[in-house]
Parts: sequence; C-alpha cells; structure tokens
Amino acid sequence: MKILVGVKRVIDYEVKIRVKTDETGVETSNVKMSMNPFDEIAVEEAIRLKEAGGADEIIVVSMGEAKCQETLRTALAMGADRAIHVTTDAELQPLAVAKGFAALAKREDVNLVLLGKQAIDDDNNQSAQMLAGLLHWPQGTFASKLEFGEGKLTIIREVDGGSETLELDLPAVVSVDLRLNEPRYPTLPNIMRAKKKSLEALSPEDLSIDIAPRLKVIKVTAPPKRKAGIKLETAAELVDRLHNEAKVI
Amino acid sequence: MRALILAETRNGGIAPAVLNTVTAAAALADEVHVVVASADGKAAAQAASQVTGVHKVLVAEAPHYAHALAENLAALVVELATDYDYILAPADTYGKNILPRAAALLDVALIADICDIASADTFVRPIYAGNALATVQSSDTTKLLTVRATAFEAAAGEGGSAEILSIEAMPEFPGSRFVSEEFTRSERPELTAARIVVSGGRGLRSKEEFAQLDGLADCLNAAIGASRAAVDAGFVPNDYQVGQTGKIVAPDLYIAIGISGAIQHLAGMIDSKVIVAINKDEEAPIFEVADYGIVGDLFKILPELEAALDKLEQ
Ligand SMILES: Cc1cc2nc3c(=O)[nH]c(=O)nc-3n(C[C@H](O)[C@H](O)[C@H](O)COP(=O)(O)OP(=O)(O)OC[C@H]3O[C@@H](n4cnc5c(N)ncnc54)[C@H](O)[C@@H]3O)c2cc1C
Ligand SMILES: Nc1ncnc2c1ncn2[C@@H]1O[C@H](COP(=O)(O)O)[C@@H](O)[C@H]1O
Repeated sequence: MKILVGVKRVIDYEVKIRVKTDETGVETSNVKMSMNPFDEIAVEEAIRLKEAGGADEIIVVSMGEAKCQETLRTALAMGADRAIHVTTDAELQPLAVAKGFAALAKREDVNLVLLGKQAIDDDNNQSAQMLAGLLHWPQGTFASKLEFGEGKLTIIREVDGGSETLELDLPAVVSVDLRLNEPRYPTLPNIMRAKKKSLEALSPEDLSIDIAPRLKVIKVTAPPKRKAGIKLETAAELVDRLHNEAKVI
Repeated sequence: MRALILAETRNGGIAPAVLNTVTAAAALADEVHVVVASADGKAAAQAASQVTGVHKVLVAEAPHYAHALAENLAALVVELATDYDYILAPADTYGKNILPRAAALLDVALIADICDIASADTFVRPIYAGNALATVQSSDTTKLLTVRATAFEAAAGEGGSAEILSIEAMPEFPGSRFVSEEFTRSERPELTAARIVVSGGRGLRSKEEFAQLDGLADCLNAAIGASRAAVDAGFVPNDYQVGQTGKIVAPDLYIAIGISGAIQHLAGMIDSKVIVAINKDEEAPIFEVADYGIVGDLFKILPELEAALDKLEQ
C-alpha cells in the first residue's frame, strides 16, 4: 500500500498570534513555524502502519512557499520515505489544496491519503472532504482509530454525539483527529538520514491545477477583547454575584 | 435570492443548530428552503416546516440516508444546487463532513464557520482559534457556507407552516458503509444548546473525581463540558471537548473548573455571556477572560458551591 500524507507549515500552536496593523493578515515574520499538529498525527499513523507491515511507501506532500521544505524534512526524519513540495508563493485555499492532492494521488497511484482534520491557522477543516469529492473516493473524517483489512479500512470517527464506525473501500481519504495517536519526535540519526531522502519540487503548472483563490480576503482584524473581571474569596460570594449581579442563576 | 439548508435529523426532529442556521439564511435570502435526507424523514420534515422563516421543506427518503454518510448527502446537495444562491449547514460535525465534499464537486469554495454576514457575498469567519477574524468575499455564483450556531439567534421552532415536498433520493455511493455508532447518552441539556455549562479540566485528576461535577451540574441543570486534557486523559468521552477542535459553546454561564485556559480551549467558550473560573493558580490565563474567579483548591470549593446553591434554592 502506498500512502500520501499532507503536511502543512503553520504558525506554532503555542505562539500568541498578532494581527497586522494594516489588516492584511497575521504577523508571520520572526514567528516560530511548525508542522500542523494534526499532520504530525497523520505522518505518525502512516509510519506505524508501515512498521506493522501494512504499507510500502509513505510520500509526504506540502504545498506553499520554499520554507515548506523544512517541514517536509521533519516528516522525513519522523520516517516518511520521500517528499513532494508543490512550490508556490500564492495564497492557497482548500479547493486548491484538494486539487493538488488529487493530481498527486493519481500521479503516484496511492491507496490512501491521510490529511489532518484541520489546519490550525485558517481552521478550515475541509481539504480532506474536498479531496475525497474530487476523486470520488470514500471519506473518513475526524478519525480516532484506523484498522486495515483486505482492500478496506475500518474507521472510528469522533462526531458531535459520540463516535461512529464506518467501513470504507480503498482507495480512500482520511482526516485524522487528535486522539488517533501520539506522534514521535525525530531522533538525531533520523534527522541526518532524512537529509538524503528524495525531495521533489513541482509547480502547480506541472500538476496542471488551477490554484487561483476563490475567496478574496478583504481584511483580517483582531476580535473584541474580553476584560478580566474580579476575584472573589468564597463560593457563597460567587453564588450571590451570579444571582444578584449577573442574574444568570 | 434562494437559500437551502441541509438539516440533520435528530431524535425524530431536526438538530437544534438548524434553527440558528435559518436565521443566517434569512439574512441572505428571501426564500429559505430546508432539505431533510433520512431513512424516515417525515417527523423531521414536519418539525422543519414549523420553523419560523422556512418557506419549503424538501424530504428525500432512502435507506442509505439513515446514517448521513457524506458521500450520499453531498451528491444530493449537488443535485439540488442549481436552484439556489446559497447552501448552508451548521458548522458541526454533520455540516463540516458533508458540505466541503459538495463544494468540491460543484467546484466552488466552502466558506467555513461564518460568524457574521457583512453583505450578500461577504462573510466574517474566525481564524487562528478565534484570535483573528477574516472578512472574505466570494465570487462563486452558488455560495456554500457552514454557520457557527452560537453567532446567530435561533429562529422560533414553531409558528411556520412551510409546504413539504418529497424529492427523489440519489443512488447510493458504493464504497462506504455504516457499521455502528456509540452515542453518549445523557439526561442533561445538550452541550451546545445549554444555558449553563460546567466544564472540567486536568485539575479534576481522574475519571472518578471528574464525576464530582455532576452534583454542581444537577443544581444548575447544566451541561458538562471538558478541556482536551480531560478528554485525552479519559475522564470523559470525546464529545465533551470544548475548544478550537471540539465544540463551540456560548451559554449564559460557563464555569471552568481546573482548566488553565489555553487559547485552544478559549476558542470554544470565549463568547459565553458570563465566565467563572475556579483554579488554584492565580496566574492561570483563564482568569484573564473570567468575569468572576476564585483562586483555590477546586476540591474544597466544589462542595461549598453546591451548598451555597442549595441555600439559594431554599
Ligand atoms: C492542535 C491542538 C488542538 C487543541 N484543541 C483543544 C480544544 O479543542 N480544547 C481544549 O480544551 N484544548 C485543546 N488543545 C489543548 C490545549 O492546548 C491545552 O493543552 C488544554 O486545553 C489544557 O487542558 P487543561 O486546562 O484541562 O489542563 P492544564 O493546562 O494542565 O491545566 C490544568 C489546570 O488545573 C489547575 N488545577 C490543578 N489542580 C487543581 C486544584 N486542585 N484546584 C484548582 N485548580 C487546579 C491548574 O492550576 C491548571 O491551571 C489543543 C491543542 C492542540 C495542539
Ligand atoms: N498547503 C498545504 N500543504 C499540505 N497539506 C495541506 C495544506 N493545506 C492543507 N493541507 C492538509 O489538509 C488538512 C486540512 O486543512 P484545512 O482544510 O485547511 O483545515 C491539513 O491538516 C493538511 O493535512
């Protein structure tokens, strides 16, 4: 089995972001960048599957600016076999990302695509679903457990009411949720080894995909800020305030 | 302008978030339709037809609509899309699963999780866990949107009398099969619709100790929520998680107990009307957004809080 895994380079989840004063976006210079946390889980899952003898090759893909190659090297150091960088400085929206992955899924003739449930920058939560639609493949979103059988896959998904189990024929697209696994850290020897692994750069034109944004970003603003309230000493005081002042109980 | 809402059926009715979605749709379109796809959609269609602001309800019934697989429902949305300017669904796990697939099949963008409508083609959506708001403009002729329910008032569930129309189901997608579901059953109000939410974090220490929140939730007729750390540690099931990657809530009162207040958690509850924090660490970031805070040991404060509430009741 051949697996394609998406890795997006995003602002690290611990960074407190700042909106640019000209309202064109979020400050990214001199800000720590990392692999989208959900994508670490996707890479980890692919590696575990390979270690268990269930996969032959793991290809990691990142779309975006030149620095995405650092993120791809991290995925290679975790244990992916090779990397593809779809190089562009253009703004990428989920439909464009899905088109890129659809073209690569066909080019590489993969059996499974693993993406994150959502990129923690734009919080879109849609690339995997879009990709599955473009390919007319089964989709398994928000996965917290995967089990592979002959030509098929059983997935447990986290949904609002609890969880749900589906069986999907392969090839399929899966988006992974937080509780699927705990990703490993790359070891130093593996970081060295990753430098020699293949990293191919392609342009959107090479893939014949239209990546033009469909949504125009008019502005990006900071949300209204909540003010800190008051500290109380006792539970009785709290109940009194909630009843008589806030009037919520 | 015409809008179509994809409505999830639930307990013989429609999901509560559909009511908020109707309000968003009514701000965009003069005609609002609802489509219900289910194995047996009559009761849900009936419920949808009574919602104030809904003009027509379409019902597609087929055994393969029983478990709302995205593959089957996206195909139905695509089939209906030509008649509409807007297609909406709540931004819950139902809408987020189905609408992006439909959008890709229609070759249009999906505008996810809108929290405000600026104009007929311009929408506001939270990004970076709600730490920024993006205003985006769409040039697609059919606009697909998922709606953040907490940002829009709920339309009245009665008062309407929309016409109900049966429509044909689309063929079943062969590659995906429903196996089973494990739904958390609870007598409590639904987390996203509750007026009061009591939420616990890692500070609760264990599954058994987390259960101490039950007493407080009983006193207040509250729903129970949790931080990711509490869910990951197995104190409660995944559907309790509030936050950037869990549920978005905005109750009148949110009580955070033993929760530090990471931005990913705040993303899910920051729009609550009144926030209370109980935490032993006075530096915990949750206090920066709390209207009322008590610094102290939650295991000591919880029983005192219950006692004070009991006293209030008498
Ligand atoms: C990609 C990603 C997505 C995420 N999504 C979410 C999400 O949707 N929701 C979410 O909640 N988190 C999410 N997180 C996790 C988030 O970053 C935090 O790790 C998490 O919210 C911490 O949970 P907590 O506050 O319960 O635990 P901690 O941060 O460990 O805080 C526990 C708190 O309990 C207090 N405490 C301990 N004992 C007591 C006591 N006896 N009495 C009083 N107070 C006590 C401590 O002072 C501390 O403040 C996400 C993280 C990532 C990377
Ligand atoms: N530019 C990108 N490069 C690689 N993968 C991406 C990119 N954008 C999105 N993805 C993948 O799609 C998932 C969901 O992203 P989104 O739909 O934008 O929330 C991410 O977790 C990644 O796996």
